[in-house]
Amino acid sequence: MMFIDPHAHMISRTTDDYEAMAAAGIVAVIEPAFWVGQPRTHVASYADYLSAILGFERFRAGQFGLRHYCTIGLNSKEANDEALAEAVMEILPRFAIKEGVVAIGEIGYDEQTALEDRYFRRQLELARELDLPVMIHTPHRDKKRGTTRSMDVCEEHGLDPSRVVVDHNNEETVAEVLQRGYWAAFSIYPSTKMGDARMVEILKRYGAERVIVNSACDWGISDPLSVPKTAKLALAQGVAAEDVRRACYANALAAFAPSGQIAESDWLSGPAIDQRTLYEGNSILRGGRDARVTAAE
Amino acid sequence: MLGEMAAGPDDARLDLAFARLPRLVGRAPLTLAPADEAAAEAARPGWRPAGWPVDAAARILLLLHLPRAGFADRFRRLRRVADTAELVALFRGLPLYPDPERLEDEAGEGLRSNMRPVFEAVAHHSPYPREVFGEHRWNHMVLKALFVDSPLAPIQGLDERANPELAMMLRDYARERRAAGRPISPELWRCLIPFAQAVGAEADVALADLERIP
Repeated sequence: MMFIDPHAHMISRTTDDYEAMAAAGIVAVIEPAFWVGQPRTHVASYADYLSAILGFERFRAGQFGLRHYCTIGLNSKEANDEALAEAVMEILPRFAIKEGVVAIGEIGYDEQTALEDRYFRRQLELARELDLPVMIHTPHRDKKRGTTRSMDVCEEHGLDPSRVVVDHNNEETVAEVLQRGYWAAFSIYPSTKMGDARMVEILKRYGAERVIVNSACDWGISDPLSVPKTAKLALAQGVAAEDVRRACYANALAAFAPSGQIAESDWLSGPAIDQRTLYEGNSILRGGRDARVTAAE
Repeated sequence: MLGEMAAGPDDARLDLAFARLPRLVGRAPLTLAPADEAAAEAARPGWRPAGWPVDAAARILLLLHLPRAGFADRFRRLRRVADTAELVALFRGLPLYPDPERLEDEAGEGLRSNMRPVFEAVAHHSPYPREVFGEHRWNHMVLKALFVDSPLAPIQGLDERANPELAMMLRDYARERRAAGRPISPELWRCLIPFAQAVGAEADVALADLERIP
């Protein structure tokens, strides 16, 4: 079975993770721009971060046979630093139209402040202007109302719900998100977001139409194999294979394909893994390991 | 060194003085005689310096010698490149600094952190949040405390600042935790019960009571 993990902060993960993800059947990952655990204080470090996820991180993924895409945006936490946010807004368009950028994201609310609202709206306008889908980070706190508000604001700005992925759903938010016509994504992230057993219950109750499963793996305790593990559990508990395929693969592809930057052919007939490739002179090989080279299928 | 601070040091001198204090004074916990603790309580009710590392206290003392003009800008400069111990010291001093309302956004940055010691340097044993925070920031501080497993009891003014908006947020949070099969901190109800009726959460409160029956 092929899987896509449409929300994975691979910049925080090791090469062991890439190997395990590829072995488990993950063919593509989407890396949303986010904060890095503490606030950046200069726009230049933001620009370098965006360059890193679009450059070296994509190269690293490629070395393990995974296709790597990004979403580009100013996250809600750092939107609260007005000087930084203004400067980031100036550089965003330059990054958002690069190859392999499948959406504006992850954007939305953290504490639902006035500044977060301002930059969320400006980025929705940017998504419209660049004709890109949107990935919404719903807040961890005051989640239910924050999720409703995120969708209200998207509609105020004239976005089509079918072009918007609302992420980090739970039992309390899913019904409204689906009913309003948005993609409903779930982050299977131990202890703070969804668990895999709960996810299977949601698939049984709501079906797989417009439901997307991701790992949101990052620097915290999280599992880059969340998507295949959830698929395995769902199949074991009698969820139809087609529904599992939609939630863990096809829906993510369909949601981000309107960007024109992601297609099944990327991994079905893409280039082979070739660890001999260098990225700006840096190899991931250390200590004289033999390079792994496989032929394209 | 303190005299130099009062004269308004340049950025590099302040950075150096602030950073090197642990090397000069050590990191032992501050031991206070009962009279010192009483003096702290008299100076700022609810403010508890006992048990702080002595370098944190020294850093705050250093800042308190800075001129009032430009204080918030200097604080911001230090905060932006501070390490964890420096952040904790900067934020623990909030109840003592001049023009406290000018530092509210800075305090907000402390709350944004998921590093618990930094969050608690703002939120715990300090009259600052109660006195300075608007309702929105107050409410998010209380909710965030629950998210980072930080106790609510050391937050000063918890009962006095309770409000229906916070009660609504806590009601939704309790429902979310219940739907996820996760435990709900018993401290949550303290800010919700006074408004349970107003926000339609009587059933949630009753359910929480019943869940205590083994």
